[in-house]
Amino acid sequence: MSCWDTIADYALRSQGIGERLLPRTDFTLCQQFTLIGSGMIWNIYFGVLALVSGFLLATGVAVAKAHHQFWLRKPAEWFIFVFRGSPLFIQFFFAYFLFQSLKSDYPYLGAFTSAWLGALLVLFLNTAAYSAEIFYGALMSVPKGDVEAADAYGMSGWPRFRRVIWPTMLRLAWPAYTNEAIFLFHATTLVFFSGFPASQQRGDALYYASYFADKTFNPFIPYPILAFYFILLTLTVIGLFGMMNKHLNKHLPKDRRARIRLRVNLIR
Amino acid sequence: MFEYCADPASLAGIEWLSCYLTTGKHMGLYWAVGTVLLLLAITAPAALLFGFGGAAAARSHFRPLSWFGKGYIAVVRGVPDIAFFLFFVIALDQGFEWIRHQIKCPDWDQPIRQGNDFIVCAAAKLPLSSSPQVYHEIYGFFLAVLTFAIVFGAFAANVLYGAMRAVPHAQMETAEAYGMSHRQAFWRIMVPQMWVFALPGLSNLWMVLIKATPLLFLLGVEDIVYWARELGGMKTPQFTDYPHGDWRVWYFLALLVFYLAFTQVSEIVLAKISRRLSHGQATLAGEKQRKGPRGRGKAAA
Repeated sequence: MSCWDTIADYALRSQGIGERLLPRTDFTLCQQFTLIGSGMIWNIYFGVLALVSGFLLATGVAVAKAHHQFWLRKPAEWFIFVFRGSPLFIQFFFAYFLFQSLKSDYPYLGAFTSAWLGALLVLFLNTAAYSAEIFYGALMSVPKGDVEAADAYGMSGWPRFRRVIWPTMLRLAWPAYTNEAIFLFHATTLVFFSGFPASQQRGDALYYASYFADKTFNPFIPYPILAFYFILLTLTVIGLFGMMNKHLNKHLPKDRRARIRLRVNLIR
Repeated sequence: MFEYCADPASLAGIEWLSCYLTTGKHMGLYWAVGTVLLLLAITAPAALLFGFGGAAAARSHFRPLSWFGKGYIAVVRGVPDIAFFLFFVIALDQGFEWIRHQIKCPDWDQPIRQGNDFIVCAAAKLPLSSSPQVYHEIYGFFLAVLTFAIVFGAFAANVLYGAMRAVPHAQMETAEAYGMSHRQAFWRIMVPQMWVFALPGLSNLWMVLIKATPLLFLLGVEDIVYWARELGGMKTPQFTDYPHGDWRVWYFLALLVFYLAFTQVSEIVLAKISRRLSHGQATLAGEKQRKGPRGRGKAAA
């Protein structure tokens, strides 16, 4: 069996398309590369959707946390506290068992016990909380002069937020937000190890990597392959976010532009 | 535990709960909390040590060593930490057994990797198959600690590397002007000064470390996640005196609250430490303490 056949069989295996049985003996390098790569589809799916939806919620939560009204501020603070103060792993477990016990009373919630929806919801809330904290910090450091200039132009309320405060907030938050995006993609590997079942062995990249490691009892091949894929993904994220960073900073003189630096302080 | 627990079926309410929460299996859960604390207590200094080594290596003038240090930091940051957890537990185990195999059975002629098996001689097994269960558990825990230390050592190395570079360069130049060697300047000037710069990163790392402890479950240690799943599952009257439905959601809620409280307490303590360390430092935070709130004793600006 050539490598092309293997790719045809297993490239979309994580979505349930192609050969149903996973390889059981005589594992080739090609099979490991293809299946682990196939699992990356899930990691990208979770990461991209959680990031996009989390971005919107995070903006709202950050604004709410900065609001002077008690009933807007407190829920936002608690939301951030709960999701940032507890391990994502426990959040996955809790959500899974919560949905499972809800399912018996409300059958239409059944979809939430499967990973594609339930885990996505947890990741969405989790990244929203982390990003909201980043955005809140940036919101607090929007230069006073910018807001005063907007006032002087007669802007207030929504136009002032959309055209002055929000772009500045994004610009200031972007380097930290890039880190959050990277670690969100890393966090997606937890999904299938935390209660959410991989039905018919449709799992993510780490699921297949650990499958091979268990079967061959040789961790030195599947995990480096996984690392290769993730380094590629990380570099892609840095590239895309770097382009956005350039766009956000293009009006500034060169020496004042924020550079994206990888920092450790945002992993969960 | 209590005397009235002799016949659980006749109990109700608070009494039933007090008996239920003190069964032998629940003691396992409370022990597991101790395991987590023990892991943190051992891993934090070990990771700091690994981090210090990594950061010092990355700064080295000897090229291969510096590449090793930088590679160590970069790889761990580019790849999900959970992948490292799964990898190192097997890799370290096989590594140790391989070394012991080379020492203890030098005249073994078969290959160690036979297809999908990893075969070493019986004397090289870790722990020996004849040793009692507790050794197996201790060995598993030791592997977990080492894995945590390697992974979080890379994060600590990153923080310390940054902190070393934050020490004002003039300090090092002054040390050289006094005739100190590289080594002397490193140990006497840089290392004592870098901790103030490292503290914010290290306190963050501590929080991350706390939140990584449930991953012990993936390393095969019987930790709190294991017990929460075990105890929370549905119990029928045939097997236990305390039958109940599926309570796993409540057990994980309790874990959630436990971690929230733990991180919150840590945050308060770390804020106190940082306040104390900033005391008398020539930084903004130290200056603020010196002047007091709103520049006490001076004309309000």
